[in-house]
Amino acid sequence: MSATLTHPVDQVPMPENQGESYLTKGKGVMSWLLTKDHKRIALLYLMSITAMSLLGGFFAALIRLELITPGGDLLSAESYNKAFTMHGVIMVFFVLIPATPAVLGNFLLPIMIGARDLALPRINLLSWYIFIIGAAFTLYSMISGGVDTGWTFYTPYSSTYANSAVITAALGAFISGFSSILTGLNFIVTVHKMRAPGLTWFRLPLFVWGNYATALVQILGTPVVAMTILLVAMERLFGFSFFNPNTGGDPILFQHMFWFYSHPAVYLMILPAMGVISELVTCFSRKRVFGYSFIALSSVAIAVFGFLVWGHHLFVSGQSVYGGMVFSVLTFIVAIPSAVKVFNWTATLYKGSISYEAPMLYAFGFFGLFLIGGLTGLFCANVAVDVHIHDTYFIVAHFHYIMVGGAIMGYLGGMHFWWPKITGRMYPETAGRISAIFVFLGFNLTFFPQFLAGYLGMPRRYHAYPEEFQIWNIMSSAGAVVLAIGYTLPMIYFTWSIFAGKKAPANPWGAKGLEWTIPSPPPMENFETIPVVTEEAYAYAPEEDEEHEVNHHV
Amino acid sequence: MANELQLFPESASIGAAGVDANYLYILGVSVFFAVGISLAIFYFALRYRRKSPGEIPKPIHGSLALELTWTIIPFLLAMSMFVGGTVVFFRNYHAPANAMELFIVGKQWMWKIQHPNGVREINEMHVPLNRPVKLIMTTEDVIHSYFIPAFRIKRDVVPGQYTTMWFQANKVGKYHLFCAEYCGTQHSGMIGWVHVMEEADYEAWLSGSIRGETMQQAGERLFNRLGCATCHKADNSGRGPTLVDVFGRAVKLQGGTAVVADEAYIRESVLKPASKIVSGYAVEMPTFQGQISEEGLLQVISYIKSLSKSVQAADAPASEAPAGKKGGN
Repeated sequence: MSATLTHPVDQVPMPENQGESYLTKGKGVMSWLLTKDHKRIALLYLMSITAMSLLGGFFAALIRLELITPGGDLLSAESYNKAFTMHGVIMVFFVLIPATPAVLGNFLLPIMIGARDLALPRINLLSWYIFIIGAAFTLYSMISGGVDTGWTFYTPYSSTYANSAVITAALGAFISGFSSILTGLNFIVTVHKMRAPGLTWFRLPLFVWGNYATALVQILGTPVVAMTILLVAMERLFGFSFFNPNTGGDPILFQHMFWFYSHPAVYLMILPAMGVISELVTCFSRKRVFGYSFIALSSVAIAVFGFLVWGHHLFVSGQSVYGGMVFSVLTFIVAIPSAVKVFNWTATLYKGSISYEAPMLYAFGFFGLFLIGGLTGLFCANVAVDVHIHDTYFIVAHFHYIMVGGAIMGYLGGMHFWWPKITGRMYPETAGRISAIFVFLGFNLTFFPQFLAGYLGMPRRYHAYPEEFQIWNIMSSAGAVVLAIGYTLPMIYFTWSIFAGKKAPANPWGAKGLEWTIPSPPPMENFETIPVVTEEAYAYAPEEDEEHEVNHHV
Repeated sequence: MANELQLFPESASIGAAGVDANYLYILGVSVFFAVGISLAIFYFALRYRRKSPGEIPKPIHGSLALELTWTIIPFLLAMSMFVGGTVVFFRNYHAPANAMELFIVGKQWMWKIQHPNGVREINEMHVPLNRPVKLIMTTEDVIHSYFIPAFRIKRDVVPGQYTTMWFQANKVGKYHLFCAEYCGTQHSGMIGWVHVMEEADYEAWLSGSIRGETMQQAGERLFNRLGCATCHKADNSGRGPTLVDVFGRAVKLQGGTAVVADEAYIRESVLKPASKIVSGYAVEMPTFQGQISEEGLLQVISYIKSLSKSVQAADAPASEAPAGKKGGN
């Protein structure tokens, strides 16, 4: 155990069996299902989210298979529409939104701030159960006929015209939203109240900042989408009129309410992933992050500005031209803090000591995909261009680069990085590097051609399409195979490593941060004694060596 | 058909060039930054790779000057993109006053197009070359979106509303027409073709396919059949206000407000007569909701427009713009 960072003050005796790993302390299924330990709950999330991602991936495979040929000959139009709807609902609400905060955030946030658990451990368990109930509703909608509205549930199609299981699917999303709200609330309280002595805000690891910003969006945004979904359900069930124009409703109102949450939801996915990347880049270049406060505050700026840009989803929906103008300029502004992060990460590499373990390869992959995803966002923010590319495959490619490319690269990078801490076992390094390369190449082959197909005019959500777009779709489907291999490999070797992997030391990467000062896997109570923090984050070198002249070189 | 790899869509309207110019500008800036940053990452990753296991590099805290540089330069570039896009958007949004009008009604899962002289088409739209064309659009059911990639334009059609869009085709040919907003089972079948024809060919096609009455005539017939004419008399002696010379003018309402009598106002007055009452009249008119189709409404509007001399001269205020300008580039 490293003592450079901490020294004991708190001599409160530990509970019995002190030091026993959280994995072995408490046996049997019930000890997991009724656990209040944040680490065990993280693993419950890990298993359920992985299961949901396999299901979402299955629907993605159906979509890519169908689109190999232009004729729409594998699935019926109805089944195809249900497939892309289920793909979207499952991936957005049950994989991308919860993945990093609920798994890695749950596991690491208390440890990183020197706490023994989240502030509200029972609420934490409750939020997992709510998540499972939400997932059950959505799965039920799938087996009871499926739903065909698209994950966006646009009215009046969803509220009046669709003949599918809209209500159960929507309620699934509605319920899982509460899980997200409670997790966010828990994180905010924990970061405010439970930081170890000496751990000031600007000494927090950037992963904590990322999750804190995410939590703000979760508790401010999610209630709005919950209300919106409820209104749709009331309109369908009881004939209330909110969105049906024939009875005085306004279908566009739905889009405003929906995107008021669902645009910030993109930041829910990417902000924690950005937090992971900051940890990876510093560790594998053994250097404090360049511009700590700019990275930290840019997360908050993204969270705030992210709430002001929803109208860019309505550029062609009949919103006023001046509305379009305002949302366009705000959207361009929200791009800036993301750019600032990328520049700071790049500058962190400068004069570092860089090594290429799998987590770092994932971070490099993140840079590539996030760069493309972020820069193509500029095309979408430009109203003139967006009018053309709106609802085409250009948009599909753009949001996959951010929400999947960026967010999942960060998540997988983090899973590799903290896997030894979580399980006490090392994953096989070569296999990890190979999977990072497969994911990066497969992702680009899948989604880059969609930019081209989109600018050529191929609309999204098309079951059959004109022949001239086939070449791009074949590339996409071929890429999806490579990508699937890249995503499947970690599931195989992670599982293998639990049984046969090398035992992990407390700090296999030589990383800084409180989580690396405790054993792998951590004891149930995380810390024998609550640590006192005397250093800034990422203090890889002793303070006195610091190179202060850099300011004069610019 | 085409076997060579197409990277850029066909361009067939005067508005397309401005969109493509924006696209290429952003593409240029993006490629510059993507390549620049990638090269920097590659270079740093190789140049500063770990040489010995115990190596500890000197920390660098950051640099305010650098932070400001890479905040301000991207900000200025982003603002230039914003201005470029917004200028083109406004120009492509406002139809010139002399635009000819076509009427589009979307319906699961087809597009119905009506020309002013009464010619109707389904999923095919014939338009003349080099003439501004304004589309007045609505839908009978869910939201659809009228998308013509070769013209770089798209606009949702929304139930209960009229949305408009305009273009001026500058290349003869046959171009894709797509529904871009997911609208149910046969969404991907809600497609068609736009045919851009030489003016003479268009006129010949138009006269060759006339069957029956023009939109105005159809509207006038509906106006009489539904009994509108009994109250809305031309000499303003009826129980309702006259509709002569009303379209495009400001109408005084009860309560002192005013509204410009445009397509949306007429539609609302037919379907929900009580919502905006003309000053000096009582709430007597029944609703025609359910008695008149979306297409019938467009015909009645077309008829009411024809009663207004000012419309022919100056067109409605809703569609004024950098009029007559050919949209530049």
